[in-house]
Amino acid sequence: MPVSVANSQLIYDALRACDVQIFSALPETWLVHLIRMAEDDPAVTLVRVAKEEEAIGVSAGAHLAGVNSALLMQNHGFLAAINPIVSLALLYKVPLLMLISYRGHMGERDPWQTQGGMMTEPLLRALGIPTWSLSDPHDVQRRLKDAQTLAHAALTPVAVLLTRELMWED
Amino acid sequence: MLRADALQAIYPELRDRIVVTIMGAVAAELYTLGHQPTFFYLEHAMGLASSMGLGVALALPQHKVIVLDGDGSLLMNLGTLTTMARYRPGNLLHIVFDNESLLSVGGFPTATATGTDLAGVARACGIPRVEQADTPKRLKQAVAEALASDTLTTIVSKVEAVGPKTFHMDLPLLENRFQFKRALEALRQRQE
Repeated sequence: MPVSVANSQLIYDALRACDVQIFSALPETWLVHLIRMAEDDPAVTLVRVAKEEEAIGVSAGAHLAGVNSALLMQNHGFLAAINPIVSLALLYKVPLLMLISYRGHMGERDPWQTQGGMMTEPLLRALGIPTWSLSDPHDVQRRLKDAQTLAHAALTPVAVLLTRELMWED
Repeated sequence: MLRADALQAIYPELRDRIVVTIMGAVAAELYTLGHQPTFFYLEHAMGLASSMGLGVALALPQHKVIVLDGDGSLLMNLGTLTTMARYRPGNLLHIVFDNESLLSVGGFPTATATGTDLAGVARACGIPRVEQADTPKRLKQAVAEALASDTLTTIVSKVEAVGPKTFHMDLPLLENRFQFKRALEALRQRQE
């Protein structure tokens, strides 16, 4: 599977350097290595949810209890979670660090991913969610730390888009 | 059973614990019994009180967390039962008040009014302890047993579709949010 192990490891190490202790995730091709790394790490709790909406609740609970979390989701999972992002995270000013695999954008061959891909950034902008894009491995550590810092300072969800350039090797 | 009577019966068990409740009648009735800084009222995001409770329970394993859920809310997020059952934190107690109705939005019947059995669903999802308690006395006992068991428990209580005259609470939701976080921080510090 040409998902980049090296870049997944970079992302995982950067999240651990941000003291992320709870990961929520729904299986998704580009996230397989990240999810496995969380599963194999005895120092963190991986919560495999049935739907991404739940992950917003889990992370909100963790934050209010003083624990840093990160959400691993596909962009279609972000679409599925929009109501709780609005009516829990934005309403209650809860910081979220959302890592979103950016399917259906430049280079996408699967037609079924494309509609969500084209909607992702316009929807993030409409929700006023600060967004970083990650395509260069050199940016990973700095941008994830900065995203988490802004989320906590502004008490807002932030999105980090994991692009094909970073995640896929072909 | 009236939910207000059920809440009154278990209030002594709730008072000193972390409680996450759904919106509407449950929130207003709990608030009326006596607000505590460790009570969080999720006034929107229907269905997610149990997911929030799971997040709190995983983050604070030394403290009991009690979720007050409803049939309408749980039906919106049935997957939560599978996720709770998967991680089964022993410090989490999930109480579902089933009035077979979406009371806060006009009383339309939910699927539990036509036979959906939430206790059966919870069991089938793998929740390790599932109880049914349809009187205040039985509920009080079930809550005490669940808390003593250190095992993830879902209690389903049938209640009448009756709520308070007003859902007003003199507690802005952000005030509740910041107060709750501070209270949990204090609990964490005492733990460390």
